[in-house]
Amino acid sequence: MELNAKDLTCERGGRIVFRNVSLALRPGQLLQLTGPNGSGKSSLLRLIAGLNEAQAGSVELAGGSEDLAISQQAHYVAHQEPVKSALSVAENLAFWRDFLGGGDVDEALDTFDLSRLASYPAGLLSAGQKRRLALARIVLVPRVLWLLDEPTVGLDTASLERFVKVMARQLDDGGMIIAATHVPLGREPDMRLDLGRAP
Amino acid sequence: MNLILALIRRDLTLSMRQGGGVGTALGFFLTVVVLLPIGIGPDQALLARIAPGALWIALLLSVLLSADRIFQQDYEDGSLDIMTMGPVPFEMVALAKAVAHWLSTSLPLAIAAPLLGFLVNLEPAAILPLAVAMALGSIALSLLAAIGAAVTVGLRRGGLLVSILVLPLYVPVLIFGLSASQANAAPGLTTASLLILAAIALVSLVVSPLASAAALRSYLK
Repeated sequence: MELNAKDLTCERGGRIVFRNVSLALRPGQLLQLTGPNGSGKSSLLRLIAGLNEAQAGSVELAGGSEDLAISQQAHYVAHQEPVKSALSVAENLAFWRDFLGGGDVDEALDTFDLSRLASYPAGLLSAGQKRRLALARIVLVPRVLWLLDEPTVGLDTASLERFVKVMARQLDDGGMIIAATHVPLGREPDMRLDLGRAP
Repeated sequence: MNLILALIRRDLTLSMRQGGGVGTALGFFLTVVVLLPIGIGPDQALLARIAPGALWIALLLSVLLSADRIFQQDYEDGSLDIMTMGPVPFEMVALAKAVAHWLSTSLPLAIAAPLLGFLVNLEPAAILPLAVAMALGSIALSLLAAIGAAVTVGLRRGGLLVSILVLPLYVPVLIFGLSASQANAAPGLTTASLLILAAIALVSLVVSPLASAAALRSYLK
């Protein structure tokens, strides 16, 4: 299995954000996206996730499931957390389990040390706890490609260590991760792509 | 199918816990129906004549009032992004959310409306036809409202725009809903009107998910 993106060009509101960006990712590899604000890190992730359309270029997941689009084999974690305040922490995850299919809610909660808060209304969580809840979703449902946009924002040291373990497990299981971040991820990336310097 | 049910269940739970939705709509409905007889005066015959029309208009406006919230929150917190990445077509997601709106807002309103009819001197013989017509018409109301909500989801204060966009689509529902709600209608008229209402609901059922999903996708891009 291999993720290939060729000559991607992204335009937002009439401005070329980046042009001719290519990348190739194999199972077990972590790619760190860097670059100044506005260099298109988030746009590139959304583009790979199939949420945005590229002006030029192509993305393909060779060796993946033929029936599924890349978006259905990938997790995307954005800046904002898709967390409903009126539902409890466990109910939030249970919905995504039902919607995305499969997974054990208790185990996912435990991975990010949220078990104690399972029946707590999600609206009362702190920013870091909400982030952990958003990250618990990607552990809940196994998917081969993770697209993470500033995944470590708001995490404390202990949660960061848990997150590093989670990333290690995903990579050991043959998964792929693309993470856009300015700060160190806690794990040396296999590749770096600096959008500020991309041709 | 299960995951569509999961989505409908979640939306119903949310609308029950957050209140707002059906509460606001019912309150608005009650306000219109209470104020109307006071504004028109105590002429009972006149009130009885305009009662079905007044109730229908109150229903349309109450549904519109809650319409802009169908997709708003899920758009703002990024849930819609994730839903496009799910295993079902996005059209089904749009349909599920419209169904949840129908169950949580339009249907309760359609059930409450005939009961509140006594405030505007609704004839007892008109209660049953009105209830049937509203239950059927409310399906189309929610589905059409979803289109308006999807088209304006990224706009702040899109509520007014939803009303203006959806208004022309509501006119047929109002016309045939009203003609199905008459107490002493000519034979066959009620049935024919109900059939047309059902037809409008079926057309909306096909068009609404396609249109809403297309509008939402263009916002997410």
